[in-house]
Amino acid sequence: MKMIGAQAIVKCLEEQGVEVMFGFPGGVIIDLFDELEKSNITNVLVRHEQAAVHAADAYGRVKGDVGVALVTSGPGATNTVTGIASAYMDSIPMVVFTGQVPTALIGNDAFQEVDIIGITRPCTKHNYLVKNPDELVDIIREAFYIARTGRPGPVVVDLPKDVVMGMVKFTEPKPIKMQTYRPTYEPHPGQIAKACKEILKAKKPVIYAGGGVILSDSSEELTELATKLNIPVAMTLMGLGGFPGTHKLSLGMLGMHGTYYSNMAVSKSDLLIAVGARFDDRVTGKLDAFAPNAKIIHIDIDPTSISKNVHVDIPIVADCKYALTAMNRWFDVQDDFNKKEQGKKLAPWLSEIKKWKNKHPLGYVEEGDIIKPQFVVQKLHELTKGEAIITTEVGQNQMWAAQFYQFNYPRHFMTSGGLGVMGYGFPAAIGAQMAAPDKIVIDVAGDGSIQMNIQELATARQYKCPVKIAILNNAYLGMVRQWQELFYDKRYAGTDLEVAPDFVKLAEAYGAVGLRATKKGEVVPVIKEALKTRNTVIMDFVIAREEGVFPMVPAGKATTEMLLA
Amino acid sequence: MKHTISVLLQNKPGVLSRVTGLFSGRGFNIESLCVAETLDSGVSCLTLVTRGDDAIIEQITKQLHKLIDVIKVVDISESDYVEREMVLIRVKAESHTRAEVLRVIDIFRGKVVDVSPKSYAVEITGPQSKIKAVIDILKPIGIQEIVRTGTIAMARAKKF
Repeated sequence: MKMIGAQAIVKCLEEQGVEVMFGFPGGVIIDLFDELEKSNITNVLVRHEQAAVHAADAYGRVKGDVGVALVTSGPGATNTVTGIASAYMDSIPMVVFTGQVPTALIGNDAFQEVDIIGITRPCTKHNYLVKNPDELVDIIREAFYIARTGRPGPVVVDLPKDVVMGMVKFTEPKPIKMQTYRPTYEPHPGQIAKACKEILKAKKPVIYAGGGVILSDSSEELTELATKLNIPVAMTLMGLGGFPGTHKLSLGMLGMHGTYYSNMAVSKSDLLIAVGARFDDRVTGKLDAFAPNAKIIHIDIDPTSISKNVHVDIPIVADCKYALTAMNRWFDVQDDFNKKEQGKKLAPWLSEIKKWKNKHPLGYVEEGDIIKPQFVVQKLHELTKGEAIITTEVGQNQMWAAQFYQFNYPRHFMTSGGLGVMGYGFPAAIGAQMAAPDKIVIDVAGDGSIQMNIQELATARQYKCPVKIAILNNAYLGMVRQWQELFYDKRYAGTDLEVAPDFVKLAEAYGAVGLRATKKGEVVPVIKEALKTRNTVIMDFVIAREEGVFPMVPAGKATTEMLLA
Repeated sequence: MKHTISVLLQNKPGVLSRVTGLFSGRGFNIESLCVAETLDSGVSCLTLVTRGDDAIIEQITKQLHKLIDVIKVVDISESDYVEREMVLIRVKAESHTRAEVLRVIDIFRGKVVDVSPKSYAVEITGPQSKIKAVIDILKPIGIQEIVRTGTIAMARAKKF
């Protein structure tokens, strides 16, 4: 069957279950916007293309499906690159459609032409330039398939104007089978048995859970394994919520700004069970000193993650859900496995960890009436009963949110973990709110990073997204300032934000609500007021200017060499 | 250590740049690279010579395999293999050296493919060591231009 390209694209989107997408129009992509307008798909008009991609990223994370963004050629396309790179680092399923000049003009330096396929090649899972109109439909289906299967990631589809406007072949969907791409889901039973036997032998095991747990929806299986075997769980920034943060086996986050006890536990462990994590430098610190006495089991769907940074003793290439299920079943059918005995065996280890927990719990020093950022996050947790979806910008705000909002559920914490994009949190909050209209969505922001995508206040207002922005305002680029304080003799080069907008007035200028707290006593009333308000709200918390994020492992140091205050 | 890796990939625009981009982006090095289509015009074979310790070579093969357009990756140098490279050399050949150049080429089983009053262009094939040897011998006589193909390689068939 033949139809217009734009119609075929919309049909494909509907077929993929797309309900909401995020975009910004332009000359070469008008036809597709026109066609979308006639469909039931909501196309959220952002105010900057970067925001469209971050919003699609968070939308996908909340929904557990592929996020979709649509932009025009040239600058529209290049503006998406940061968002795509972030999604790539965090393995977020996403399809980004970019407009392109007509095929006859490609390579001619046409108006708003850019080689976006060349530009995004290193930061996408795959990308396509649709040159043959008859391949359009298959390519779109393949793009969604690649984005959501295996280790998920962003896929770019570049759409020349003549392909969108011209006639294309439309075929009925059929199951996709690719010759060259077949991710491994099922674990090797031999490896599972080997791993499980090693777990039974271990006296000081630790689970190190990453974003893969959340992407594969395997928090339940992980919780089952941890509680069955009484093994403590440390989580990466991307893994928060993969295991309940308030559970007694939770060690919270590990790594550079992880808890004292998680880093101690990992470095003293005799067995590290990495689940959907990739041994990022922010987790390992100095590589030679990372878990030096531990055997390492590593479950990951991506073979390249295994033994990339740290040598792995027992690799399991599989989807976390399949692997964890197989491990749980393995223990279930072992006659000589006794949960009580196992609990008893690990009791000394857990009490050792408890000592570390008591010695250096996560905390901060109160200073009279001055607002401490950690206090704000704690109150956000308390007043939302820990059930809000939290997005963050990047820097101190991100770390305080990760440390003090104890995430109990997966898909409730969205942050740009790998790339570390300032300006991620606010558009992500909009995306999250579009995916979960009934949830409270809060962007924990800094006064620096919120300004990187502040224009999205208009988007939030236009689509009636009642997202709450909690600005932890110290009038500094706080994380860099903290490094300067510690390692550069307090030379605050380029980090003092001397001029800043009045965030309350700024909110009001967009028709949103602005609230401010300058004293500790005002924090709770401001949060309560914000949560009551069915509108976009900026809460401007004027916090202790030079508060730092601790513990902190200085870059390149061993994770046991934490600065505690 | 030197490794020769053979990669089968889909013969589509941009695929080669996915491979080379992977190498530059991840800081792997390419010593030589040679690519052309196979019997199946939809599939290309790329032979790549690289260096690295075991961990790096493991990453290289895994990362190559992760590329969506890559069909198969084999580290040929893991087992017995034959490798060949071809070189075209324009060497100075004036009256007093013409005979000597011809003798050298003959020893290396090369061929003269172009003749001018003052030079020969010669073609030589062989493993890298042979190419290196012939270059070393011809250099003192005067090499004017040199073009090499890079290595291609094939695993030896099982003998029994």
